[in-house]
Amino acid sequence: MESLLGHHHSHSESPIHRMPAIVKLGLAFGIIIVTVLMPIEQSGWFLGVGVLLVATALLSRLPVLFLAKRILVLSPFVLGVAVLNAFEPSARGTWVGVAVKSMLCLFTVILVSNTTPFREILRVLKIVHVPGLLITTIALMHRYLFVLADEAERMRRARASRTFARGRHFQWRALASVVGQLFVRASERAERIYDAMCARGWK
Amino acid sequence: MHIPDGFIDGKTAAVTGGLSATAIGLALRQIKRELPARRVPLLGLAAAFLFAAQMVNFPVAGGTSGHLVGGVLVAALLGPSAAVIVVTAVLIVQCFLFADGGVMALGANIFNMGVLDGIGGYLIYRLVCAAVPGPRGRVTAVAFAGWCATVIAAISCAGQLAWSGTVPWSSAFPAMASVHMLIGIGEGLISALVYVAIQRTRPELIPENNLPAQPRQRGELVAFGLLAALGVAVFIAPFACSWPDGLDSVAKKFGFDHKLAAPMLYAPAPDYHVPGIHWAIGATALAGVLGSLIVCAFAWLLGRFLVTEQKSKSPPA
Repeated sequence: MESLLGHHHSHSESPIHRMPAIVKLGLAFGIIIVTVLMPIEQSGWFLGVGVLLVATALLSRLPVLFLAKRILVLSPFVLGVAVLNAFEPSARGTWVGVAVKSMLCLFTVILVSNTTPFREILRVLKIVHVPGLLITTIALMHRYLFVLADEAERMRRARASRTFARGRHFQWRALASVVGQLFVRASERAERIYDAMCARGWK
Repeated sequence: MHIPDGFIDGKTAAVTGGLSATAIGLALRQIKRELPARRVPLLGLAAAFLFAAQMVNFPVAGGTSGHLVGGVLVAALLGPSAAVIVVTAVLIVQCFLFADGGVMALGANIFNMGVLDGIGGYLIYRLVCAAVPGPRGRVTAVAFAGWCATVIAAISCAGQLAWSGTVPWSSAFPAMASVHMLIGIGEGLISALVYVAIQRTRPELIPENNLPAQPRQRGELVAFGLLAALGVAVFIAPFACSWPDGLDSVAKKFGFDHKLAAPMLYAPAPDYHVPGIHWAIGATALAGVLGSLIVCAFAWLLGRFLVTEQKSKSPPA
């Protein structure tokens, strides 16, 4: 559970936090599209975006260490492609461009997602006409994500405290039954939620 | 396999976005028509389940660990349309809440992990189910489909990266395919074990158990299959066709340039600048063919092993 919460930082309060979600998301989307499509030779744009993002980060009062950690954790793909391109000397230039672009976009998304409550993001998705069933699914998922992650962690801990070195084969079977049980509990919970939704006048 | 922003260029993002949007539209229409209202919350809960299940780490050799990806498992448990929506929801939350996977690459990620992994995996699952009947066949099918879908999704990912000009196909394809042939073994194994665990505790949750021989939605499967095939044609075929001129001319001379694309991979490539890399593509393709045969046999054994044991333990229903 701590690992899941560690992904997210939404306690502080700042002008960036108070900005309307639709403006933030619109700006972020624009920045990402232009950054991805811009040829890497136009270094002015990338520099400008970088400065803008750093300024936003400072304004939003998110801890610097937290932001740096988030960017590092999400970068293995950049490193993997660097390794792949190491075999192709001609492609090294492309890689630098790709790395810069993906870092800037990543920074943008991290800033938006950590200064905007998720239900605001859902509201924006509704405004841009994402189908209702998909939004219901995403909203329910977000609501029960932490509940089920917690439940999985508790079952994993219970399993770990009851089995000692019994070999990998046994561990896999036990972990698989944890995951299976998680599905069973999720579908039972879904039944209860449906009844609760009906009792409160859904549809 | 979450592609971040910047790795996918404009045209690839547009094409994958279009394909994924079509798949989501089809899936939503299908769900509205068939899924009872009672089961609607299950979609959200299944998405939360998938997310939580991905955090359970299975120990692999040397201190490393792997986890379930789960597109095939969800498709086998809830059906293909629900799998597309569930995986899409997971990817959207991962993108906007945890910044995992890019915003512009969302279409590509949904296509690889939702459409190809879920739908492609489900088609393979149905095929194997039809070939090997009974619960044993279903476990075999889940294991084999889990492996296949992981490899297909990885190859499509490599194709998208190559089409965007980020990584050359000659290094992306062997690397992605070979790594995911190994990861896929874990995925198939975990999916099969979880499927057996659910079958054992709550058999009524598995659709095949309470709806015997129901006429499956043919039209739905055909539409999804066409969509997946279209994507594969766009992302993988260009590379299969642009292999070196020497091979093409040989192929044309013998008149089988369109019919027998696959065996041409193994021929030497005199006019290619790095022969080793070309050999790697051929070797990977060959390994893929051999690997799928081996994994199929392995999945069949797994099905026998897991399900016989279950019968001896529990009384027949």
